[in-house]
Amino acid sequence: MRADVPHGLRRVGRYSLLALVSAVVLFPIWAVLMQAFKSGPDALNHPESLLPTNLTLDTVRAAWTEGELGRALFNSVVVAVVVTICVMLVSLLSAFAFSFLQFPGKGVVFVAFVATMLVPAEVTVVVNRRTVESWGWLNSYQGLIIPSLASTFGMLLLRQMFLQLPKELREAASLDGVGNMRFLWEVAAPLSRPTLGALGLFTFLGTWNAYLWPSQIIKDRDHRTIQIALEGLSGAQINRFNLVTGGLVIASLPIFAMLVVFQRQLVRGLTAGAVKG
Amino acid sequence: MAQVQLEHISKVFGEGADATTAVDDVSLTIDDHEFMILLGPSGCGKSTLLRMVAGLEDPTSGDLLIDGLRVNDVEPKLRDVAMVFQSYALYPHKTVQRNIEFPLKVRGVSKAERAKEAERAAEVLGLTDYLRRKPGQLSGGQRQRVALARAIVRRPAVFLMDEPLSNLDAKLRGDTRAELVDLHRRLNSTFIYVTHDQVEAMTMGTRVAVINKGRIEQVGSPQEVYDAPASTFVAQFIGTPPMNLLPPGMIGASDVQIGVRPEHLRVDPSGTITGSVRQLEHLGHEVLLLAEGDGGLHLTARIAPHDQVPGVGDVVRFTADERFLHRFDAATGVRLP
Amino acid sequence: MKRRLRDVPGAVAMLLPSMLLLAVWTVYPLVKAFINGTKSCDSTGTRCTDVGWQQYSNVWSSREFQDALAVSLKLALMTVPTGLILGVGLAVLADKHLRGIGFFRTVFSSTVATSVAVASLVWVVLLQPEIGVLSDLFSGWIPSLKNPGLLRDPGTALPAVALSSVWANLGFTFIVVTAGLQSIPRDLYESAYVDGASSWRRFTNVTLPMLTPSLLFIVVVLTTRALQAYGEIALLTQGGPNPEKSTTTIPYLIYGENSLIRNNLGLKSAAAVLLFLVSLVFAVVQYRGFEKRVQYAR
Repeated sequence: MRADVPHGLRRVGRYSLLALVSAVVLFPIWAVLMQAFKSGPDALNHPESLLPTNLTLDTVRAAWTEGELGRALFNSVVVAVVVTICVMLVSLLSAFAFSFLQFPGKGVVFVAFVATMLVPAEVTVVVNRRTVESWGWLNSYQGLIIPSLASTFGMLLLRQMFLQLPKELREAASLDGVGNMRFLWEVAAPLSRPTLGALGLFTFLGTWNAYLWPSQIIKDRDHRTIQIALEGLSGAQINRFNLVTGGLVIASLPIFAMLVVFQRQLVRGLTAGAVKG
Repeated sequence: MAQVQLEHISKVFGEGADATTAVDDVSLTIDDHEFMILLGPSGCGKSTLLRMVAGLEDPTSGDLLIDGLRVNDVEPKLRDVAMVFQSYALYPHKTVQRNIEFPLKVRGVSKAERAKEAERAAEVLGLTDYLRRKPGQLSGGQRQRVALARAIVRRPAVFLMDEPLSNLDAKLRGDTRAELVDLHRRLNSTFIYVTHDQVEAMTMGTRVAVINKGRIEQVGSPQEVYDAPASTFVAQFIGTPPMNLLPPGMIGASDVQIGVRPEHLRVDPSGTITGSVRQLEHLGHEVLLLAEGDGGLHLTARIAPHDQVPGVGDVVRFTADERFLHRFDAATGVRLP
Repeated sequence: MKRRLRDVPGAVAMLLPSMLLLAVWTVYPLVKAFINGTKSCDSTGTRCTDVGWQQYSNVWSSREFQDALAVSLKLALMTVPTGLILGVGLAVLADKHLRGIGFFRTVFSSTVATSVAVASLVWVVLLQPEIGVLSDLFSGWIPSLKNPGLLRDPGTALPAVALSSVWANLGFTFIVVTAGLQSIPRDLYESAYVDGASSWRRFTNVTLPMLTPSLLFIVVVLTTRALQAYGEIALLTQGGPNPEKSTTTIPYLIYGENSLIRNNLGLKSAAAVLLFLVSLVFAVVQYRGFEKRVQYAR
């Protein structure tokens, strides 16, 4: 805090800087929004006009029908919700085993679990696509969902949380005759709600935004997710080019809403991931 | 209710070079209705002993019997014991009522019955007004009572308590001691209570087992343990300030160590023990006189405050009645007859 | 039952779901990919002959792989330092107790909600040469925005992709650095302040060292994302402009719509495994490089 600059002036300077940077960060989003709420000819002839005049929902509506975005949104919601729930369940179970149970070879199994995190999707996609194909799961929900459940991130996050629970809680419960499942369900899971929330949020975002895997196994319109449907819109002819902006608005709206609601949890979850993962 | 027998119980943690013996060949019978105190310094193995009775640890060797049945391989939940932990181990997300009810819920007790039992236990411990609160909204003393209520609601044969008062402040600790004794009388069941606080041991136990380095040094009623400590360890562990141990040979044979409690030392010009006063602690109802002498002699004496109190630096002679002298083997520390 | 074994049935039951999933979708494909990399297959991928581990070195030294590797590395070089500096800058800028700072924090973290597809298409809308917003606004100063278009000029295509991905990752880096900043104990700053350290000195002597674990995390994640960039290439440039293939990264070489080796399972697998090994080497080197500083910071 230099004494020679008046306090108020510094504050004005900082706000100006913040506003300027915000404008730069938001510009692409703003530009897309403006395009999306223009009429088709307006967007094509005057892409440079960035002020909200002559707003219309035509483009968004057209994108919705032509891109069959309703169907795609539905698919994305189904896949993301099912994956999120299943990942939370599977991670709760394995995290519990690694935190509260004793069994021979625990250390080795744990290291093996963690090691799978190093394997990038790029390596497994080729083979997994063939597996899915041989099971007849191309263009199907189960093809989108089941392979996405193989992840150790949630186990690590929850295990970290479980290990912080006092050991006496489990001991007291075991004297009362509380079995593993009941303890997990009635004590460990409720006490880990913030961590579970962050895990759910990450999983939902990750699944919603997934591109490589769906692009490899979904070709029909009935099962494509919103991300794949967007790609379809961008492939339209030049005079329908603005349709993609409508699609972007539709695809991003649910996620932005979630972000605004759960922002704190996201920071907390990322802290755990960043410091301990 | 129940009798608990420990027969040649040992517990070794780790293996090979890292092995440490926490409990070393302990045999002890705790009778029905007893309030047995396991007393010892931290790390002496007393908590391990309690956890083995609970079934949270397995003995490395020896047998553990409850009511004559060997329970070494019986799961904790089938042993009919309840435990109160030092940290209370309450479920933070459940209300007081749900915490107290939980053991019954696990056992499949009906909802109405559970509520009735929980209310009864809450009443016994004065928690009726707090049933809807969560543990985070309670004081330390109230949480401690919830932990007790959760234990008594099951009506177990044996209560195990692991330093349950050590997180309370001094005043509350005193009050709760009396309540625990009262509770023991009312429930009329077997209590096993671990502590490092000799005041708790003296005031609450029907018997005390003094434990040191994984072994039992002495078992007896509080008064027996105080009056006739079986070893120099017990002599110094029980009683505040601890018993004075005179350097061997100062009185009597050189292989005998004499011990004398501070209250039994009298200032007497014809006394045989000489020391110079190093410090005086005025406690109001008495004065503690700390003195040093030849041969590494350190003495503490309790003196009435209104008698003539010597000053710091004075050389003082002490004496004690023969009947108050304790004799120990100078080499092993074991009490001599 | 002995305590040691008492939990075994429960543990097996609880680990079974994740073990099965990982075995089928991660371990098996990894092993299979290594093996497939030694095979030469026909276009259907059914009839394969063993050509040996030789194929890995063939793929590695092939012109296509080397070019793609160069593109991937260039992309990492363009995105990682820029992303890191911008992320730290934004987080430090917003790490002040000012009225309304929550709004700016939301703005700065907003791009975390954009998927690869959404972020890429946003930049398609901005950079499309005929009717892109930026192209229209700034073509006076930068003619190549219109002709041939930033994404169609071999010289600017990759930087344009990098621009898009830096923007898309900004929210992520901002959030991680913000979380890191918030976990720095205040008294460290106060003691530095009392010692008379200038704000720049406080930044270099307190903030940066304490942030090292977060920065390491960001560097590793951003590098991995750059090396594994596929979606942005597929949507922004399709690996072009051609024939230079200026934006054909290794993942796009493997999975792209018009990839040369699209139907060759053996070559695809070999390339994917090599990409995995390259990322692994990078991650290990980065952890090693940071290790001393991370420990020093504690």
